[in-house]
Amino acid sequence: MKQFLKKYQQIIWLAAYAVATILAFVFGFDPGKTIFHNFGKSFIEMVSFMPFLFIIVGLFDAWVPKEKIQKHIGQESGIKGVALVVLLAMLQAGPLYGAFPVAYMLWKKGASIKNIFIYLGAFSSLKIPMLGIEIGYMGINFTLARTLVSLPLFIGIGYLMERYLKNRHFEVKDGSH
Amino acid sequence: MFKNVLIPFLSILILVSILLYVIPPSVINRLLGSGSGALGFAIAAVVGSITLIPGFISYPIAAGLISQGASYAVVATFMTTLMMVGVVTLPLEIKYFGRRAAIARNVLNFFAAIVIGLLVGLILDVIL
Repeated sequence: MKQFLKKYQQIIWLAAYAVATILAFVFGFDPGKTIFHNFGKSFIEMVSFMPFLFIIVGLFDAWVPKEKIQKHIGQESGIKGVALVVLLAMLQAGPLYGAFPVAYMLWKKGASIKNIFIYLGAFSSLKIPMLGIEIGYMGINFTLARTLVSLPLFIGIGYLMERYLKNRHFEVKDGSH
Repeated sequence: MFKNVLIPFLSILILVSILLYVIPPSVINRLLGSGSGALGFAIAAVVGSITLIPGFISYPIAAGLISQGASYAVVATFMTTLMMVGVVTLPLEIKYFGRRAAIARNVLNFFAAIVIGLLVGLILDVIL
């Protein structure tokens, strides 16, 4: 029973939410409706970035050989490797958790710890599609200042994470366990 | 891969939408709108870390905060923690990177967000 619960934990959670939402609509429970409305907004965001995410992961997985990744963004890659992961991250879309599967794929192919975390940093706040929206709402000065200040800090965090995790059996998993 | 990614993502979305109900944009507006002092700053960092608001909703909120008189430093801190620090997504992040790395990344990014906020505020409020 315990094993069953653990294995299907997330499915049960999804099903419980679905049932609760249906009940909320049947009985007119407003918080339930608002939460479903919020869910809808987040869901639209997810649906809009998922196809691209799978395309990127799929293309890399199938077409980019491990030696290439290792050479360009692996242990020995240096500043050019940093530039490459930042560029890759900037071309994507979606919230940070959308970058985890890509990080796993990059790790599997030999990217360095430093570059994995620089990738996550750049992904979280330097994505070009998002920068466009940000300029629209916040103006070019704010957006420029924020990105130019953020970038060196992300790169610094990448180096710190690598120093911290280097001899501590760090690995990226596929997220299913 | 599709199943491995989609189901955890959907679970996160449910958490996110419940949280957005508990801390709606109107509350964020009230908390950050005028308080631009040290307290407003701390609230911005903490609220931004806890919540996870879809990008296309967070930008209108941020623009609204500025028009209500919040400082650029507070808004930049809020947006940066919103994007980079994820308490809700921490369980998922641990599954991918392990407990040690996930916590270290979030802690480092939390402090980086405060530095980013201060510097952006300095650049926009003082220099320009």
